Amino acid sequence: MAGTNTGYGMDLLRFATAGSVDDGKSTLIGRLLLDSKAIFEDQLEAVEATSEAKGYDYTDLALLTDGLRSEREQGITIDVAYRYFATPNRKFIIADTPGHVQYTRNMVTGASTADLGLVLVDARQGLTEQSRRHAVILSLLRVPHLVLAVNKMDLVGFDQTVYEKIYAEFTQFATKLNVPDLEVIPISALQGDNVVTRSENMPWYSGPTLMHHLEHVHVASDRDLIDARFPVQYVIRPKSDEFHDYRGYAGQVAGGILKPGDEVVVLPSGMTSKIAKIDLFDQEITEAFPPMSVTVHLEDDVDVSRGDMIARVKNAPSPSQDIDAMICWMTTTPLQPRQKLAIKHTTRTGRALVKDIQYRLDVNTLHRDQATNELGVNEIGRVTLRTTVPLLCDPYSKNRTTGSFVLIDEATGVTVGAGMING
Amino acid sequence: MTQTHSDYRLSQLDQLEAESIHIFREVAAEFEKPVLMFSGGKDSIVMLRLAEKAFYPAKIPFSILQVDTGLDFPEVMETRDRWVARLGVNLVVASIDDAIKNGIIPDAAKISRNRLQIPTLLNAIEEHGFTAAFGGGRRDEEKARAKERVYSHRDEFGQWDPKNQRPELWSLYNGRLHEGEHMRIFPISNWTELDVWDYIGREDIEIPSIYYSHQRRVFERDGMLMSETPLNPLRDGEVVEERTVRFRTCGDITLTGCVESTASTIAEIIDEVAVARKTERGATRGDDRFSEAAMEDRKKEGYF
Repeated sequence: MAGTNTGYGMDLLRFATAGSVDDGKSTLIGRLLLDSKAIFEDQLEAVEATSEAKGYDYTDLALLTDGLRSEREQGITIDVAYRYFATPNRKFIIADTPGHVQYTRNMVTGASTADLGLVLVDARQGLTEQSRRHAVILSLLRVPHLVLAVNKMDLVGFDQTVYEKIYAEFTQFATKLNVPDLEVIPISALQGDNVVTRSENMPWYSGPTLMHHLEHVHVASDRDLIDARFPVQYVIRPKSDEFHDYRGYAGQVAGGILKPGDEVVVLPSGMTSKIAKIDLFDQEITEAFPPMSVTVHLEDDVDVSRGDMIARVKNAPSPSQDIDAMICWMTTTPLQPRQKLAIKHTTRTGRALVKDIQYRLDVNTLHRDQATNELGVNEIGRVTLRTTVPLLCDPYSKNRTTGSFVLIDEATGVTVGAGMING
Repeated sequence: MTQTHSDYRLSQLDQLEAESIHIFREVAAEFEKPVLMFSGGKDSIVMLRLAEKAFYPAKIPFSILQVDTGLDFPEVMETRDRWVARLGVNLVVASIDDAIKNGIIPDAAKISRNRLQIPTLLNAIEEHGFTAAFGGGRRDEEKARAKERVYSHRDEFGQWDPKNQRPELWSLYNGRLHEGEHMRIFPISNWTELDVWDYIGREDIEIPSIYYSHQRRVFERDGMLMSETPLNPLRDGEVVEERTVRFRTCGDITLTGCVESTASTIAEIIDEVAVARKTERGATRGDDRFSEAAMEDRKKEGYF
C-alpha cells in the first residue's frame, strides 16, 4: 500500500549486551532507548516514581529493563530481556543479559541469535575477569561483530592513555579468540559522550559513536550464501480439489541460495532430484536465501519428510552420528559420561549418549581442564556424543543454524544444554 | 515469477515474517493439538495472516479459540466472522457467561471480566485438550513480556513460572510437555507495535473498524476516554459527549479506552504511532494499571 513504508526497507540488527549494573549497562541501554525515543512517557514516569519511592536521588533506568518482580526486589537482572528500538535505517533487537558467572547460560542464550556483541568495561577498572569472560562467550557463539565499550570515561578525566591501555590489552587478548570484527569505543553512558552524539571531551578519538557503529555495521555478509541447506520442517498437502497434487516442503533456508532447476539431494536418504519451483505464500519466486521461510517443490516423487535436509548434490553435509561439540551446560545436575538425552538439531530430533567429556574450558583464562569428568551448571566444555539418528550438520563455525543443537532432559522436558559442533 | 531481492537482503519486516512462519510450522509439526487464541485485535489478526501464509495453499491446520467476555465490541466480532469465513477455519468460542452458567467459574459480579477470562480460557484448553495455544503477545508491550520465551511453558494449572523458564537458543524450540501441561506460543514476540501496523498496511488486510477514526459517544474515567454502553453504567459526575476517536487496542469494552484521533488510514495511524508518547497498554488499558506487576501476576495465573 502506498504511503505506509515506514519499516519496509529497514534492516535488522540483533545485538547482545553483557555486563553488570556496575558497568553502567542499564544506563547505556536506557540512554539508547531514550535517545531513539523507544521509551514512552508512562514508562519513564513509572520508573521515576519508583526511584523516588525507594529514596534514590537519581532515576534508576535499570528499573526499565528489570521486568520480573523478583529482579526488581533483588535489584539484579536474572534473565534475558529483549528490548526494541529503531532509527530511520535500522531496527534493533537487544538481548539484554546478566553479566555474572552464575548466569553464563543466559548470556549464551542471548548471544545465540546475535549479530553483534557489546561488552562493557569500566574505564577505572580496565579489563576484568568478567569482561574477558563475556568476550570469550561471544566468540564461542560466533557472534561476528564485537564492540568493547569503555564506559565511565568521564570518571577518568576522558584520558586517552586509559583508553589506549584497555584497547591494547583487549586486542592482545582477542588474538586468542575468534573475533572477525572489533570496535573499541570510549563512552560515558551517563553523560552521553560518544553514545549517540560525538564527544567534545575526547577530540583524540576519531572512530564512530556507538549508535553510528550499530547503525552502519555491515551484517548482510555474515550469512552463508554458498552452501545450500534446507531443513524440511513441514510437508504441505492441501487435500483439496483445487490443489489436488500439491506437495510442498516447507522450511526456513539455513544456508546458500536455492533456485528452480537446481540439482539437489535429500538427506539422509541420498535420493536426488531437481527443484521444480519455490513458493512464498501464493507467489512463485526465482530464488530463496536465508532466512526466508518458503515452500520447495521437487520434480520427482521422492520420499521427503520432516527432519530431512535438501542440499546441493555436490555440496551436502555428511550425515554423522558421532558428534564433537562445545557444550554449555544449563542445569544444576551435572553432565556426565554415559548420560542419555534428547537432542534437537534443525528440525531433527533424536537421542544422544554422552561418550566423553574431553575438557572443561575455563571461560576466564581459556585454560582447558582435561582432568574433569563432568560439566556443572554454567560450565562449557568439549564433549563427544553418539546419536541415534544421523545429524545432517555443518561445523558451527560455518553455519550457526546447521551447526547448533540443544539437549533436552527426557524426564523433565527441560532444555539442559546448548551445543556447537566442531569441525 | 516474482524476482526476489537481487542483493540477498531481506527487510526487517520480511525477516520477522519468516521467523514467525517458522514458528507456526514448527508448532504444527510438533504438537498434537494446537489452537490459535484470537481476540479480534490487530495482533491476533496479524497472527492469523501469518498462519494463512505458513500453510498455504492448505488450510490452517488448527482451530481458533476466542474467549467471549460478553463485553466485546460488536465491530470486532464482525471482523472475526469475516476472517473465519474467508479462511474456512474452525472457530471455538469459550463464553464466560456459559462458564458461569455451568458452574465452572463463580458468578462474581464484582470480579472484572478480564479476570474471569483466565479460568474460562484454561477450562477451554483443558476441555478440548489443546496442547499449544498461540497468543499475540509482543515483548515490546510490557516488561514481564520482555522476558517471556517464544515457547512459554504452562504447568497443569496453566501457570507460568517466570523464574524457571527453559533456555531458548537459536531457532531451536523445545516443545516437550507432560500430561496436562500446555505451551503458550508467541510467534510475534519480536514485533513492535509499529511493525504490526506496517504489516497490516503492507498486506492490506481487514482489521476492526474501531481502530480507525470515527465519531463515538464517550465519557472520561480515570483519565481515559470510555465508550458509552449499557454494559458500563455512568458514575456520578461522568458526562457523555461525542468525540472523534479511535482505539489502539481491542479489549473488554468496559475497560478499553480510546484516544482522540483523526487517523483514518493505516498511513495516518502509523504516523500517529511513530510519535506516540505513551505505550498502547498504559494509555488505554484499565486492566494493566492496577499495579507495576499487574501483567506479571495475571500471566503467572495463565493470562494470554
